[in-house]
Amino acid sequence: MSETWEAIYAWFDAILDFMPELPVGTWIEDFVDWLQNAQFIFDGIRGFVAWVTGMFNSFFGLIPPILFILILTVIGYMLVRKSEKFGLPILIFLGLLFIESIGYWDELILTLSLVITATLISIVIGVPIGIWMGRSDLVKNIVTPILDFMQTMPAFVYLIPAVAFFSIGIVPGVIASVIFAMPPTVRLTNLGIRQVPAEMIEASDAFGSTPGQKLFKVQLPMAKVTIMAGINQTIMLALSMVVIAAMIGTDGIGREVYYAVGRNDMAMGFEAGISLVILAIILDRLTQALNPENRKA
Amino acid sequence: MAKIEVRNLTKVFGKRPKPALDMLKEKKSKDEILEKTGLTVGVNRATFDVNEGEVFVIMGLSGSGKSTLVRLLNRLIDPTDGQIQIEGDDLAKMDDNALREVRRKHMSMVFQKFGLFPFRTILQNVEYGLEVQGIAKEERREKAMKSLALVGLQGYEDQFPDQLSGGMQQRVGLARALANDPDVLLMDEAFSALDPLIRKDMQDELLDLQSSMQKTIIFITHDLDEALRIGDRIMIMKDGAVVQIGSPEDILMHPADDYVRRFVEDVDRSKVYTAENIMTRPETVNMEKEGTRVALQRMRKADISSIYVVNRTRQLQGIIHAGDIAEAVNRDESDITPYVQKDVPTCRLDTPMHDLFNLSSTSHVPIAVLGENDKLAGIVIRSKILAALSGEEVNTSE
Repeated sequence: MSETWEAIYAWFDAILDFMPELPVGTWIEDFVDWLQNAQFIFDGIRGFVAWVTGMFNSFFGLIPPILFILILTVIGYMLVRKSEKFGLPILIFLGLLFIESIGYWDELILTLSLVITATLISIVIGVPIGIWMGRSDLVKNIVTPILDFMQTMPAFVYLIPAVAFFSIGIVPGVIASVIFAMPPTVRLTNLGIRQVPAEMIEASDAFGSTPGQKLFKVQLPMAKVTIMAGINQTIMLALSMVVIAAMIGTDGIGREVYYAVGRNDMAMGFEAGISLVILAIILDRLTQALNPENRKA
Repeated sequence: MAKIEVRNLTKVFGKRPKPALDMLKEKKSKDEILEKTGLTVGVNRATFDVNEGEVFVIMGLSGSGKSTLVRLLNRLIDPTDGQIQIEGDDLAKMDDNALREVRRKHMSMVFQKFGLFPFRTILQNVEYGLEVQGIAKEERREKAMKSLALVGLQGYEDQFPDQLSGGMQQRVGLARALANDPDVLLMDEAFSALDPLIRKDMQDELLDLQSSMQKTIIFITHDLDEALRIGDRIMIMKDGAVVQIGSPEDILMHPADDYVRRFVEDVDRSKVYTAENIMTRPETVNMEKEGTRVALQRMRKADISSIYVVNRTRQLQGIIHAGDIAEAVNRDESDITPYVQKDVPTCRLDTPMHDLFNLSSTSHVPIAVLGENDKLAGIVIRSKILAALSGEEVNTSE
């Protein structure tokens, strides 16, 4: 009996020996090398992303910190005025004042510009893909595994091709953030479109809407709350990418955290870390307050 | 005149419906087809006409294919086979643009769960159909306001659907459908989600509106009482096929098969029958040529204590009682005119039986049924009302 088993084991071993070692890594490397033939495209993208981020950065930089803090506080106040929960404007005011006082204002502005740019790109690309997924099962079945891949791949890995295509600095940071942060927007746009009650779709069709009218007058307004939740997630993920992007030379608060780790500087690490937490909470609450569903509650 | 002619309209759900279509033509049953091909038959070769300006009710239990059928009519579901002729154009063959045009201008739909858009105000909801046509803002606002006024919802235009009760929401649904001024109104279980009392109000209101609008209405329901109340004609469906088409009376009095008969058994007949169905031929005297002796003789012969009096053209003049006439005969008077009592209970041919209860309970004489020009068409005696209620045969118009 045992001889039979040994024979089977030996047989399996032989099969495994016969299997070649798949050089997946080399393939991807070759593929990335090959893609670099189209470097002019990546240069174009690089120029565009750098321009958008630079625009935000210099625009926010023009505003004196105290004015910027007051403007954001007023916006926060307007958003929560109806619900009479004034935690948000107070949080914005004290939080930003704290960041300014410990001397991270310029870094804050740069990080904010990076997050906003990454989020805008994610929305511009992600929402249409999500809509397409919502209208076609085929597209959904193709895109879903790609999204799974994008989200589960350790974020550090994106830094390598990002550097290969976009060199170092803020642009590869934005690109890596987009790849890492876009999936929730795509997923929740798809979900939002699919969740529109059948009777509303029928009503829209029955009154003779074109597919475009149906999308813009019924499906997107119905899906708005869900899409906003996805965008909120995207912002949070983009912010979490800030520290990782510092490894490839992206400036901002993330770089301070990265340096502090390298120098084992506890004070600097926590100051920068707390600044990031404050920014994260402000962005999260602001976008949630923008969501009409939450404003009602 | 037929507004919509539907011929062999068929829906088979599934990707390759051909084998099921062939089996349907061989008159195979829905269950047999499901077993052999795995395909579900939604609507099975439905053929019917809907006349201009009528309320055509499609009735069936859930799963009978009535909701699928109404969606085939405006192609929310694409038919597998058959024709839908609307004033000569075959809707089943139309391209997207032509279909959109029909949906925008000629056919509107009212939904069971209202299908209102929660993020739009009442006015914006009613405007929707006009908005997608690209009608200018002022014009569509004006039309929408008119439509809201029709259903009695002025003053609510800036509210949102979730601020309104179910009945009011469905009024909005109706107003939205009417705003396009369509010729055909499709109503899919439009009142089924409402409380019974509200439902009855809405039915009355629809009938009111219909009497002034004269739209062609196709109304889907699973409720026979509702069908009988509002339908000019009723089509009963079972397993996707048409079982019977007829007037409410037809359906009640000549059910096509056991399926329809079982439906009809629970109906409150008093709402359906009219005086015409239960009246009997009256004994009468003509006061212009007959006298007291003839009248007395006729009452004795028919074994009745009173008799209706008419003139030469059979118009009702009143009633005379045997006692009075007997005394008159004893006094040797021949003219019956002094003894005619004018105060008699009357009703019309189409008075519902329900209303006859009260009349008959307060009166000791039979109720006179008047036809055209107040001619005496018949009389209703109390025992006939009770007999009809208990389900006995009644007169039919044929």
